[in-house]
Amino acid sequence: MSIAMSTAASGRTSEFQIGGKSYASRLIIGTGKYRSYEEMKAAHRASGATMVTVAVRRVPLDRSAESLLDHLDPELQILPNTAGCYTAEEAIRTARLAREALQTELIKLEVIGDQTTLFPDNEQTLEAARVLVKEGFVVLPYFNDDLIMAKKLLDAGCPAVMPLAAPIGSGLGVQNPANLRIMREQLPEATIIVDAGVGTASDAAIAMELGADAVLMNTAIAEAQDPAKMAEAMKLAIEAGRLAYLAGRMNKRLYASASSPLTGVVR
Amino acid sequence: MRIQVNGEYREVAHETTLGDLIALFSFASDRIAIEHNGVVVRRIDWSTVRLEEGDRVEIVHFVGGGFWKFELS
Repeated sequence: MSIAMSTAASGRTSEFQIGGKSYASRLIIGTGKYRSYEEMKAAHRASGATMVTVAVRRVPLDRSAESLLDHLDPELQILPNTAGCYTAEEAIRTARLAREALQTELIKLEVIGDQTTLFPDNEQTLEAARVLVKEGFVVLPYFNDDLIMAKKLLDAGCPAVMPLAAPIGSGLGVQNPANLRIMREQLPEATIIVDAGVGTASDAAIAMELGADAVLMNTAIAEAQDPAKMAEAMKLAIEAGRLAYLAGRMNKRLYASASSPLTGVVR
Repeated sequence: MRIQVNGEYREVAHETTLGDLIALFSFASDRIAIEHNGVVVRRIDWSTVRLEEGDRVEIVHFVGGGFWKFELS
């Protein structure tokens, strides 16, 4: 019975939906910064992720370029991104190219506002999201952890929103838990995927405990000393965090509250 | 005639199509995409779109990542 219960629990904790389509893992991972393709593949396997994100770039003309896609498990759902774009127009062009090459409507929309922080340009992001949704894209926008912006992106037709936890690649963890919690409470039906800034397993667990539906990360795994081991840690942290969110945590108290009965103590 | 491919100037023969261009650079043609003067061209149309003097072509593929500077001209 305990086995059946734990299976049911893990089924409920791992699956989530984007635009009506189910994904078996709440961990979405990247493909950048790995020391080798072998290391990347081992990390992907260990993570249990079913979706990976890839960037769009010019093909080099002067040499043969190995395709990243040849090194990805064909079972993985590829989520192209518009990383590196600074305007809505650049992001829209990149999304159209990605769709043509991969025959997927999915696009992780990133419009960066500043090179030092890589913070998103929310205004350009919203503009691009509106255009791409009209063109039939399933737009997953990266944006600042702001409730009002989340509402606008959802109103524009995005099936999920991707607030940042901290700057891209910083590994600082969730810097503003209150914002994520407010977003969860005010948008109970929205799919919220925390994107960027996670550094280690506890950060991913915190994001999930705050009510995120999924977490997207790259650097925390790719720059770990042992990426495959960290990928597995992330997988477990995401599951633990989700389960804790569903369980509903106890209230915090300022003072102690004894666990054992106060009567019958041997004196 | 002179065209721009991924921001670089290249000499190609008149009547060259996008399909010819892909063959010229011997790119594996699966899972790349082409933009011709700012408009994405569907794969089935590559062999019929003829290039003209001064045209701009972008040929993209997928890489790890991730953050890099946008580079399409």
